[in-house]
Amino acid sequence: MSQSTMTATPTKISLSRVLGPAHVWALGVGIVLVGEYTGWNFSADKGGSLAALIVCWVIGLLYTSVAMIDSEVTSTIAAAGGQYAQAKHIVGPLMAFNVALYMVFAYTMLEVSDAILVGDTIVAKAGTDGLNHNAFLAVTIIGLAWLNYRGVLATLNFNFIITALAYLAIVVLFLSVAPWSQGTVLRLGEMITPANALPYGWIGVIASFHFGIWYFLGIEGTTQAAEEVRSPARALPYGTMAGMITLLIAGAMTWYVCASLMPWEYLGTTYYPLWDAGKLTGSPALENMMFYATLLAAIASANGCVNDAARAWFSLGRDRYLPTWFSAVHPKYRTPYRSIVFLLPIALAFAFISDLNQAITFSILSGVLQYTFMSINIVMFRNRWPLGSIRRGYTHPFHPLPAIVLFILCVITFFAIFLGYGAQLTAMVVFYLVVSIWFHFYRYQYVRRGDQFTMPWPKPKGF
Amino acid sequence: MARYNPPEQPAILQVFDIACLVGAIFLALWFPLYMGWAGVSKSITKIDNPTWELLHQTPAQVEQWTKLGKDVSAAHDIIQNRYNYTIDWTQLLIMVVVLVGYFIFLFRASEREYRDVIDEKFNQK
Repeated sequence: MSQSTMTATPTKISLSRVLGPAHVWALGVGIVLVGEYTGWNFSADKGGSLAALIVCWVIGLLYTSVAMIDSEVTSTIAAAGGQYAQAKHIVGPLMAFNVALYMVFAYTMLEVSDAILVGDTIVAKAGTDGLNHNAFLAVTIIGLAWLNYRGVLATLNFNFIITALAYLAIVVLFLSVAPWSQGTVLRLGEMITPANALPYGWIGVIASFHFGIWYFLGIEGTTQAAEEVRSPARALPYGTMAGMITLLIAGAMTWYVCASLMPWEYLGTTYYPLWDAGKLTGSPALENMMFYATLLAAIASANGCVNDAARAWFSLGRDRYLPTWFSAVHPKYRTPYRSIVFLLPIALAFAFISDLNQAITFSILSGVLQYTFMSINIVMFRNRWPLGSIRRGYTHPFHPLPAIVLFILCVITFFAIFLGYGAQLTAMVVFYLVVSIWFHFYRYQYVRRGDQFTMPWPKPKGF
Repeated sequence: MARYNPPEQPAILQVFDIACLVGAIFLALWFPLYMGWAGVSKSITKIDNPTWELLHQTPAQVEQWTKLGKDVSAAHDIIQNRYNYTIDWTQLLIMVVVLVGYFIFLFRASEREYRDVIDEKFNQK
C-alpha cells in the first residue's frame, strides 16, 4: 500500500436518508406486532384472562405516554440511536451508554424470542418426533442479519409488506368469527366466568403487567431510524402515533378472539394463541392463515430488531463509548455492518440456551428500565430547554402528566416482574450497575467531551 | 476550559474491552438461567385421579381442551401449575435497594460527565 493511501483522510460515509412515515410505521408495528401473536398471553397466566384485558389498556396508556414523550424529544433530536442520542444531549454520557445497552438488550432478546417462535411454530406444524428447532432459529437470525447488512431500504420495504400481511390476518380472523354474535363461534361468557375471571385476585392483575408490556414493547424503536428518515419532524411523530393506534386495535381484537375461544389456563401458556384461535374456529383456511401470519409477524419483528440493535451499537462506537471499530458504515450498502455482524453470535447463543418466556423477560426488563429513563428525561428536557427556547418538531400536550403516568406504571411493572422473576431483575440491574462503574471510572477517558453535544442549541438552563 | 484530548486506545485494549463487555452480557443473561431462577414461583398442585369436575372446567371449556388435543391428564398439568404470589420481603428489599442505588449512581455520575461536556462545548475560550 502506498504512503499516500495510508495517510489519506477517509471520506465520511453517512447513513442514507431514504425512509418515509410508512417505513417508520412498519419499523414500529413490525417489531411489536409479534406481541399479539405470542407473549401477551403469558399475562393471562400471571393473572387470568380478564387481567390480560385490563393490562392491555393500562399498558396501552403507558405506551401512549412513551409515544407522546418520544415524539417530542426525537422530532427535536433527530439522530441515529434514538433515545441514546436523547440521553447524550439531555442527561449525560453515562446515561447514554446505559440507554444504548438497554436498547441492544431489549431488541436482541426480542429478536431471540422471535426466532424461538419461528422455530417452535414450524416444529409444531411439522409434528415430527425428534425435529429440533435449532436449525430454524439459525436460518432466521442469520438470514435477517444478511438482509440488514445489504441495506435499510430493502429491509424496511420487506418489513412493511410482511407486517401489513400479519396485521391483515388478525383483522380477517376477527371478522371471520362473527365477533358481533357471541355463541356462534366465540364463547366469552363460558370461557371467562365469575369464578375464573381473576383467579389470583388483584395481585394477579398487578403481576400480569409484566407480560402486558409485550403487547407493545418496541414501538419506541421508530426513533432508531431518525437519521435515515427524509423528514424526521413529520415522519417520526406521525409514524409512531399511527403505530400505537394500530397496535391498540390489534391488541383488543386479539384478546377478544383468544379469550373467547380458550380457557385462561391454556391461553396463558400456549406459544401461539392466534394460531390456536385459528385452529379452534374449525376452519383449515383460517388455521393455515394464522400459522403463516405467526411466522410473518415473528420475522418482521426480528428484522426490525436487528436493524435497531445494530444502530444502537453503532452509535456507541461512533461516540467512542465502545471501540470506534464498530462505527464503520459499509461503503456500498451504507449500513452499520460491523455492528450487525457482531451482534449475530450473541443472538444465536441465547436463542439456543433460553426458552421463550425467559427471552421475553430479558427483553422486557431492559425495556422497562428504558421507559423509566424516558419519564425522567422529558422532565429534564423541558427544564433545561423550556418551551420557546429551541425549535421543537412536535410538542406533546399535558406535560408533565404523561411523564408521571409513565413513571408510576414503570414502578408497578418492576413490582410485577418481581412477582415471579425477581432474581432475574436483580441480576440484570447488578449487571448495569457494574458496567456503569466500568464506564464512568475507566472507559469515559476515551470519550471526546465537547463532541457529545452536536445540536445547535443554546446552553442548557442551570449550567 | 482547555479541550480534552482523550488518549488513543491500543488495539489490544479495545479487544479486551469488548471481551469484558461480552463476558458480562453473557454472565448477566445466562447465569439466572443456569441457576434456574427464572419463574421459580410456579409449581404444580397435584390432584390424584383428576377429572374435569375436579379441575373446575365447564362443559364449554372441556370442549375446547379436547379440540386443542389435551386430555384431562395433560390439562391437569397446565391447570394446576400456578404462581405463588407470597412476597419475600427480603428479596423485595434487596431488589429495591439495588434498583434505586443504580439509578442514583447513574444520574449523579451522568450529571458530573455532562458538566464536562457542557463546559467544553460552551465555555471553551
